[in-house]
Amino acid sequence: METVTMTLVQQPELYLECYSVTPDLFAGKSLAEIAELPAHEGKILWKLGDFFKFEGKSGATAAETKIVVNGNVKRMKRFGQQMTGGEIVINSDADMYVGGWMRGGKITVKGNADSFLGIAMEGGEILIEGDAQNHVGSAYRGDWRGMSGGLIRVKGKAGNDIGTAMTGGTIIIEGNAFIHVLTHAEGGTVIIKGDVEGRVGGQMVKGDAYIFGNLLYPLPGFKKIGTVEKEVDGTTYTFDQYIGDLGERKTKKKGEIIYGNIYMKI
Amino acid sequence: MPKVIENVGCPYCGCSCDDVRVTVSDDGKKVLEVENVCAIGTEIFKHGSSDHRIRSPRLRQPDGSMKDITYDEAIEWVAQHLYKAKKPLMYGFGSTNCEGQAAAARVMETAGGMLDNCATICHGPSFLAIFDNGYPTCTLGEVKNRADVIVYWGSNPAHAHPRHMSRYSIFPRGFFTGKGQKKRTIIVIDPRYTDTANVADYHLQIKQGHDYELFDAFRMVVIGHGKDLPDEVAGIKKEKILEVAEIMANARFGTTFFGMGLTHSDGRNHNIDIAISLTRDLNKVAKWTIMAMRGHYNIAGPGVVWSWTFGFPYCLDLTKKDHAHMNPGETSSVDMAMRDEVDMFINIGTDAGAHFPIPAVKQLKKHPWVTIDPSINMASEISDLHIPVCICGVDVGGIVYRMDNVPIQFRKVIDNQGLLDDETLLNRIADRLDELNAQGA
Ligand code: SF4
Repeated sequence: METVTMTLVQQPELYLECYSVTPDLFAGKSLAEIAELPAHEGKILWKLGDFFKFEGKSGATAAETKIVVNGNVKRMKRFGQQMTGGEIVINSDADMYVGGWMRGGKITVKGNADSFLGIAMEGGEILIEGDAQNHVGSAYRGDWRGMSGGLIRVKGKAGNDIGTAMTGGTIIIEGNAFIHVLTHAEGGTVIIKGDVEGRVGGQMVKGDAYIFGNLLYPLPGFKKIGTVEKEVDGTTYTFDQYIGDLGERKTKKKGEIIYGNIYMKI
Repeated sequence: MPKVIENVGCPYCGCSCDDVRVTVSDDGKKVLEVENVCAIGTEIFKHGSSDHRIRSPRLRQPDGSMKDITYDEAIEWVAQHLYKAKKPLMYGFGSTNCEGQAAAARVMETAGGMLDNCATICHGPSFLAIFDNGYPTCTLGEVKNRADVIVYWGSNPAHAHPRHMSRYSIFPRGFFTGKGQKKRTIIVIDPRYTDTANVADYHLQIKQGHDYELFDAFRMVVIGHGKDLPDEVAGIKKEKILEVAEIMANARFGTTFFGMGLTHSDGRNHNIDIAISLTRDLNKVAKWTIMAMRGHYNIAGPGVVWSWTFGFPYCLDLTKKDHAHMNPGETSSVDMAMRDEVDMFINIGTDAGAHFPIPAVKQLKKHPWVTIDPSINMASEISDLHIPVCICGVDVGGIVYRMDNVPIQFRKVIDNQGLLDDETLLNRIADRLDELNAQGA
């Protein structure tokens, strides 16, 4: 694996769209070519080299390329958008769309990430060491397909819309979350290790939510069916199992109705 | 001889009443009398012919005072600033005709900026829900002629849409609804005992912010899981939920009108989304429709005009010039203002000064601020430039879209007395921008 280190030398006046910062676009390019890649600040089309200085070397393919981002990039969006392999490490907070539509590889953000983290993600891994905002692993507006594969782990807390319209993959929020977890989901797993205010599994067809803390306002559409032991994130716990959303349409498999599940840790 | 003009449209609320009678003075400059109009509608016509209207653009001077300038100077000022800005935002259109909204689309496409309308702070969440879940709606004419069960959920037409109940929903006698109110069941779901709740057969005084749970409960009953309901949901007793769900399921034709109570409480688009899901469920057993109580007489207009122009109704990012992008949360006016993401602001046909959170206004105020509006308002008073224009439906006509997306031709009733209308003004700004872009290239 080869590493390109990009260090911020100029803050943008507004916000910069760093859609070019992916192992896919860096792979096989010289540092001078990488510095020529486009970035938008509003209607102004800049080059990455107008804001960053580059060191190191990129690999021949995305999978062999690691990007390290240094400097405060809190006002920069779209790191790792649509990446298929390789690695990005951001030693700072980052703005919206980290790993949006990502298909493979790994992104680590050492600080916080803003909204739309890993939206419509298909594969790969995202680790946020701080907090995330809203729409984690959700669908893009109007799209029925949220996150469909891969893993998002947020060490801190998150806002609302965690895994909206999710169809597969796993989201782990180690802190608290606000409302709307797995809304409209047709699959996938969300693990919240802290508390949730409410609206877990609303309009959910299928999917699994694990809540370790308190669920302040449970939805009426979930019914307790028993107590189970399950291994979650490497440890086995006992949970109360609820099925639902009883107000939503359901699919059948081998004559059996498939429900969405909420597992409440006891 | 004063002249009487019939079938005039009222440029105030989303009812867009088009049966107003206006009597104007001999010289066509004054409104003398307005009939068939509610109290707020009367005021807009009176204001139109008031002597206090601003008739010239005003530019802020270094000492903070405002100085009258010509339209030509104002157009040059706006075009130059739009040309220089990296990410200008034009927001408003609560009180603009569709012709003006189309010209605004041309300005912001040419300028490469952000274009947004008041839906961003009212029914934007409804758009998001409609994208996700469809819109089984109808026209207000169908409600009048067919509906026997009416639900007002989180809306209070008695105050916000004064003629809604008399013209379209509760009281009118229509083709299949000859007995009017006597044969209609009215259900109001609101945490407050509003004046609308006062005329309802059922008022469900829901716990504020828990509408989503109550929708879920209604859906459970319709789908056949009524027995699994908890004893109380969102402050409403199980028996009451079962009783009201029964009325809904037995409707010949039902309509749910929803307002800010759903779009302004937690969950926003999800509250509408599940309301649409309930409407779909009810259509398996009855005939049900749903409609957003749009606030202004043509606030449905920009959604329609920009959807056919760019593919999105609001929160448009036109900075890339070759494609439009939309994602509220990122491209919505208040979010961009709070994050200090834009560097010029044009407030048109609304009052962001009064409606936006104070921190958002403070951020926007750091950059050039233009207000295009017939009236003095909070936005105009903190602007660098205020450009007065005609009032649509009073001194200029035009197409407007009523809350049910029915287009209506509004009329001009008095002389514009030298004021430019939005369409002309915006097209002249776009023409000048075209020149600047050509020179720049
Ligand atoms: S109900 Fe609305 S549109 Fe009708 S007259 Fe009153 S303000 Fe005007």
